[in-house]
Amino acid sequence: MLLNIKNLHVSIDGKEILKGLNFSVNKGEIHAIMGPNGTGKSTLAAAITGREGYEITKGEIIYKGQIINDWSPDKRANEGVFLSFQYPIEIPGVSMTNFMRTALNASRDYRKLPPVSAKDFLKKMEEKKKLVQIQSKLTNRSVNEGFSGGEKKKNEIFQMAMLEPELAILDETDSGLDIDALRIVAGGVNQLKSDENAFIVITHYQRLLDYIIPDFVHVMYDGRIVKSGGKKLAMELEEKGYEWIKEQFDA
Amino acid sequence: MHNPVKGNDIMEKIKKTYYPLEERFIRYFAEHFDELSRHDIPKVSYMRRKAMEAFQQTGFPHKKLEKWRNTDLEGIYKGNLEIFDRETPYEKQLSDIFLCEVHGFESRVISVLNGSFYSPEEEKLTVDKNGVIVGSLTRAMQEYPDLGEEYLGEIMPQQDGFKTLNTALVSDGVFIYVPDNVVVENTFQIINILNKPNLVVNVRNLVILGKNARLRLLHCDDSVNHHAGLINKVNEIYLNENAELELYKLQNLNNETALLNQTAIHQSANSRLKSSAFSLNGGIIRNEIFDFMNGEGAWSDVRGLYLMDQQQHIDNQVNVYHNAPHCDSNQLFKGILDNKATGVFNGYIYVKRDAQQTNAFQRNSNILLSKTARIDTMPHLEIYADDVKCSHGASVGQLDKEALFYLMQRGIPFVDARMLLMYAFADAVINEISIEALRISIQDMVKRRLRGDLSICDRCVLHCSNPDQPIIFDIDLSKI
Repeated sequence: MLLNIKNLHVSIDGKEILKGLNFSVNKGEIHAIMGPNGTGKSTLAAAITGREGYEITKGEIIYKGQIINDWSPDKRANEGVFLSFQYPIEIPGVSMTNFMRTALNASRDYRKLPPVSAKDFLKKMEEKKKLVQIQSKLTNRSVNEGFSGGEKKKNEIFQMAMLEPELAILDETDSGLDIDALRIVAGGVNQLKSDENAFIVITHYQRLLDYIIPDFVHVMYDGRIVKSGGKKLAMELEEKGYEWIKEQFDA
Repeated sequence: MHNPVKGNDIMEKIKKTYYPLEERFIRYFAEHFDELSRHDIPKVSYMRRKAMEAFQQTGFPHKKLEKWRNTDLEGIYKGNLEIFDRETPYEKQLSDIFLCEVHGFESRVISVLNGSFYSPEEEKLTVDKNGVIVGSLTRAMQEYPDLGEEYLGEIMPQQDGFKTLNTALVSDGVFIYVPDNVVVENTFQIINILNKPNLVVNVRNLVILGKNARLRLLHCDDSVNHHAGLINKVNEIYLNENAELELYKLQNLNNETALLNQTAIHQSANSRLKSSAFSLNGGIIRNEIFDFMNGEGAWSDVRGLYLMDQQQHIDNQVNVYHNAPHCDSNQLFKGILDNKATGVFNGYIYVKRDAQQTNAFQRNSNILLSKTARIDTMPHLEIYADDVKCSHGASVGQLDKEALFYLMQRGIPFVDARMLLMYAFADAVINEISIEALRISIQDMVKRRLRGDLSICDRCVLHCSNPDQPIIFDIDLSKI
């Protein structure tokens, strides 16, 4: 099992957001997590990636057989956990090229490998840019600065392609994307998918799941996964909305 | 009118209680006036006496003065610094200490040791084929009294005790004259060093650029040991019509040294000033700039970057006077303070009533890395013209936590992520250096400074000139 989350409770500023969440992912799987706003979907992503301020009060996150509750974000990343941010951060003054090279070398350093050569690095950049149809040179552009919404999301997938994670979490990657950008982003994900990695796709809408076909669909509500099923569950949600889930569990 | 003042006259005028250092200066002036003014042109003797009178009334600046509220030099006033007035005799092996060379960068090194121009006798004042004069200020005043009459002591406002003291006791410094229409290819590099313990020096530099003249000047203040010292420096710079000066200041001093770096610039019509100050280390550094935009169409861009830690103190006072129409000025000062470091930024823009079509922008941004670091920042505008575009702003913050997490989520460890963000913050100032080799050197120095390498070096606080030591910091921002 790649990821196994047991009875996870997470609080922000003393307020409990995740209330005993159980969830597991195997290699080669795509899991979609859906649910209304404010049910803890992004909190789950933050807890898995080790974001500051998200306090695990109870339960365990087991990744590749190890409890990672206390691991730093960079250690988790270097062990293969990747988050495609809902709102990618702009970092003026740091170029995309150097950012990626530093990230790649950090991961190589973690695995006791020598730094990537400039030639190999540039080759890899060119190759991965094609995957999400990034035309710009990136060299002279600061991380996400001045990128359009679509470019930012494509850039997230590009970074994912560069870093080749084992567990990738896509946090509302579809939000703010037009249909063409959505196709490109989904196409990138589909090309990266293999038997050796897994994806968790967090989304509100079924739309993205037409392009990235999930093996499992889970519905989150009030800090827990309340319903799991196959692809059909997503379609049912699209049709009926979330109200019936709410009614079922608030009762 | 120019009668020498006798020691007794001076001592009789003493009314207030003085700090030991003030008293030493007043006595010194009384006892050494004849010697000090031996080669003076008449104007200078007169200036000295007026300035000493003023100094006696005010003494050194103190915390009750508005402009000195947050910079406290009392420790120095009470200390046992010695007034140093002798010229250090030239010895060839000593010239090795002027090591702050920047690699791959052609420059003409101008050395100032313990307050005096430092060179073999025959090079005290040289005149190049193109008419450029470089050398000792004292010597220049003797050989070119007309230039002294016209330019020396004309623009620096005598508004506090350090400036009057400098005027009263000015002994030497660097003189640079670039005639009309001469474009100087080489960068000139002034290296200012103290190599004796407990010194206080008063240095004055005078730089004159004729019409259409161009010069690039790098001004380094370095320490070569850990002795205490006080450098009271006044720079007077004249940019005649359409002249252009690029001025870089690099300050890398030990924690026991205080530097007062006071620069006044006169800008004639269409002249251009580009100034960047990099304050990397120093016990107390105070940079004052008085930029007088006196001619129409003058342009200036003044930047500063300061990286302070431990108990260091940095104070930037920027004063821009728009005295003529159609001038543009821009100031950007950025700083990172750690530990118990403290900083001050006072930005003042004045726009005269007739100075229409003025563009004046000012910005000061700070990052505080610890709860005990402190910055006092105060922008100030005074505008009397109605057709102007002016803005100012100041910010104080911590490193962006979101950005930090973003970098770490990509596998970059905290220490590197933090450094990368600090460097990115600083880069807006470094990026403006037009001389590539200098830019790369300063980038390297800033990287080392951010990694803490400079402050732990026991031999010297600088030594940027060690190319064998690789910068392990992996991010090559020179390619941004």
